[in-house]
Amino acid sequence: MPALATVLDTLADPFSQALMQRALLEVLLLAVVGGTLGCWIVLGELSYGAESLAHGMFPGLVLAALAGIPLLLGGAAGILVAALAVALAGRVPAIGRDNATAVAVTTLFGLGALLALSPDTPLGIQGLLFGDVLGTTSGDLLAGAALVAAVLLALWAAHWRLLAAGFDRDGARALGVAPLVVDALLLTLIALAVLVAVQGLGNLLVVAVLVAPAAAARLLTRRLAPMMAIAVVLGMVAGIGGLYLSYYASVAAGASIAGLLVAGYLLARLAAATSSIRKGRTAPAG
Amino acid sequence: MSSLVAARDVAVGYGSAPVLRDVTFTANPGERIAVLGPNGGGKTTLFRALLQELRPSQGTLTTTGRCASVPQTERSRLDFPVSALDVALMGTIPGRAWWRRPTRTDRAAARDALKRVDLADRAERTYGELSGGQRQRVLIARALVQNAQVLLLDEPFTGLDTTSAALLEELLRELAQEGRAVMIATHDLEQARRWDRVLCVNGRQIAFGVPAETLTHDVLAQTYGAAIVTLPGEDPAAPHHAILPPHHHHHDDVPPH
Repeated sequence: MPALATVLDTLADPFSQALMQRALLEVLLLAVVGGTLGCWIVLGELSYGAESLAHGMFPGLVLAALAGIPLLLGGAAGILVAALAVALAGRVPAIGRDNATAVAVTTLFGLGALLALSPDTPLGIQGLLFGDVLGTTSGDLLAGAALVAAVLLALWAAHWRLLAAGFDRDGARALGVAPLVVDALLLTLIALAVLVAVQGLGNLLVVAVLVAPAAAARLLTRRLAPMMAIAVVLGMVAGIGGLYLSYYASVAAGASIAGLLVAGYLLARLAAATSSIRKGRTAPAG
Repeated sequence: MSSLVAARDVAVGYGSAPVLRDVTFTANPGERIAVLGPNGGGKTTLFRALLQELRPSQGTLTTTGRCASVPQTERSRLDFPVSALDVALMGTIPGRAWWRRPTRTDRAAARDALKRVDLADRAERTYGELSGGQRQRVLIARALVQNAQVLLLDEPFTGLDTTSAALLEELLRELAQEGRAVMIATHDLEQARRWDRVLCVNGRQIAFGVPAETLTHDVLAQTYGAAIVTLPGEDPAAPHHAILPPHHHHHDDVPPH
């Protein structure tokens, strides 16, 4: 069966190189953390917060690139500064939380861009903005795997508290669950996930993997466990598909993955709409 | 018969000034107690004190039985991907270390509680797809899972049709009969008259006692201010009081977070 052999070759060929193998592992890691944590981000309506952290950390990444220290460290420092800036801006009276966040994040992002466009800046700043999944090193993979494991463990352990606080904040308090502690935990996990994902997808696209698969999965199921499973699978399909696209069509890998993630969401939307038309909308009685 | 809740001269609030003061009452096993008062009158604050979320700034509040709250269904998220069983299982959180998952015993307790509120066959249904009355009963099941001897219900009849309301009222009667105290925040005077005690609050305790003696025009006027009208009844000796419904539903005694 020469045709089958050709297909298999086409599928296997990209991953014969170590570079692509590492990229594959990286997108699989991202799919796992994006799919699981993403469900809590979407349910908790924290997408804007996640995006803000990702954008606000930009100066940290640029400074790390300039100083030649690991991006992970620069990113971590950048996220801390971003979180502090957002918290401080939120204390300015009569601005409002969203506006304060926008001001703080835009300022930081602008600062990062200013640094990035200076003549001393080495090449590769593009990678910070749009990601460089093909540039994933073994060290990146190890650090990423450790962070992802930590996030998954925390999500698993805190599952019922996250569920109770998300379902009904006041009711959770009466159950002995402190919603503020749950919020803080969730934001910390988001910061960790952004830190991992920024390597592959870059500052501007990282939110795609944290939000799009979960948002799509939410349209397709009404239970949390299948929602997470669907989101992880969607993330993996988009990730692998993006790598193929990048290999065969010579387009940027990060952008391809982000594009496929969004396409996945649109397909889910379409599927949900068709099935609700077919079933006819049934409202609960009484 | 020892009381499950005993409050003496309790004052409670969020800052320096109490939202509610002069609270003195007891709740005994088997009693249904209507908590009457305007929005912002301190009903929610009283419940939060009973749940030990707020500490009284004055007086003594003794709860010998475990209190559990049954919030309004509209305060929970209907779009949340949880089943009725999941919600009932949330009632097992207080007794468990935070990293532990629900055990087989926990699941059995949650299923029993759903059975107790006649929802055994709805355990796997999505919470948001249940009717208002069913959702309220799921939240009661969640309180039962906590082995609560004192149930605190926040306007549980709001938005229910008559059938669901009758079902709920019967359930509350049974739960009290089994030896619990059931405290129900409500605006419905007719309903309150059918229960064992009424507690009227409006920034302070106005009155506490059996409905027939307590629900006088004077007490109601103090409880609700101007929002009370007297309806001409057939028996001029027993006029009917009615409360003008609040324009909208909110809890203005809860500080913004």
